[in-house]
Amino acid sequence: MTDKEMLFQYCLRMGDTHNVLAHRMGEWCTNGHILEEDIAMTNIALDHIGAARAWLTYAGEVEGKGRTEDDLAYFRDERAYFNMLIAELPNGNFADTIARNFMFDVFSVLYYSELQNSSDETIAGIAAKVLKEVKYHYKHSADWVLRLGDGTEESHQKMQDAIDEVWRFTGNMFEMDVVDQTLADAGVGVDASELQATWLNLVQKTIEEATLKLPENNYMISGSKEGMHTEALGHMLAEMQSLARAYPDAKW
Amino acid sequence: MTVEKISLDTVWEVLNKIPDPEIPVISIVELGVVRDVSLENDQVLITITPTYTGCPATNIFEADILTSMKELGIENAQIKYQYQPAWTTDWLSEESREKLRVYGIAPPDGKTSDKRYLLGETPTVKCVQCNSENTRMISPFGSTACKSLYQCNECLETFDYFKCI
Repeated sequence: MTDKEMLFQYCLRMGDTHNVLAHRMGEWCTNGHILEEDIAMTNIALDHIGAARAWLTYAGEVEGKGRTEDDLAYFRDERAYFNMLIAELPNGNFADTIARNFMFDVFSVLYYSELQNSSDETIAGIAAKVLKEVKYHYKHSADWVLRLGDGTEESHQKMQDAIDEVWRFTGNMFEMDVVDQTLADAGVGVDASELQATWLNLVQKTIEEATLKLPENNYMISGSKEGMHTEALGHMLAEMQSLARAYPDAKW
Repeated sequence: MTVEKISLDTVWEVLNKIPDPEIPVISIVELGVVRDVSLENDQVLITITPTYTGCPATNIFEADILTSMKELGIENAQIKYQYQPAWTTDWLSEESREKLRVYGIAPPDGKTSDKRYLLGETPTVKCVQCNSENTRMISPFGSTACKSLYQCNECLETFDYFKCI
């Protein structure tokens, strides 16, 4: 891979992760348990769409083949998607969504805090912008981990089950392949593996405060960087892309 | 009319009349969305910075800018996005903050360099109706991405708070 192809790949991964998570959060629209949460989750979805747009637009520019953010979002198949596995996990119950988001939000705050110093001006700009928003997401998900974990017997159990379930998808966030390593060495990207210990400390702190426990099983699922996904992504993309594929170039 | 006959000051003047679609009391210039206006190869180039990356109003900013440029006789204005430096509520002047408050939106409290937020402390937000500091956050995500929802414990009115980012 040339440097340009690596940069393109990197931007796709970032954009795909936000785009897929945006879609998941959008699925909560009208399903929130209270109006304020419905609004919160769709607001978070909007933030992720914004981040995805910035990343995919830049990916298209880097690629230089004239592909737009829409081309990249709607006309690539499952195996050509490189989002983090954690982003595509189905919403499940509210605790499942909160557990998934919490693990990702803590990661995002740490990752973007570093990435805002990227030597690539566009990436630094996107990161500085997205960081402001993911801090709010982090506050939201961490608050709910506390409320549900340290809540009723039922909410505690659901939160614990959700954390046990999402755990094996967290290792994927810190994986480094040649693309990540090359860009991190060049000062463009971030060495995610160096963030893992800090991430674990922050996650553990909230989990313990919420009277919950982290799972002891450390088996981690991998594959997103090669386009390998869980069963959930194909179903999600089929729904997300159906309109654009049925009516290419459709305008509102 | 050709571009040479229109000064960039006129362009700024026109842009300063375009209201934020969701907060019509302040303009997109006062909001800090318009970063730069310049001439490039005989084209007017307007650089804008989104407030929130996913703000649905951003597309309306674009459409409003292009429409107002056409009214000025500029057919081929270009809009460029700039993410660096990231938009911040620090760019809102005291005057704009006061306009927000009068309109019924509590303005962002203080400066973003203030680290209280990360330490888990919440700002003291004054009620826009009765000025009481005895208020509480109902939801960190309000009617739009840039606002949180608050309620006053004194007069019981709910109101939006413009997040400090």
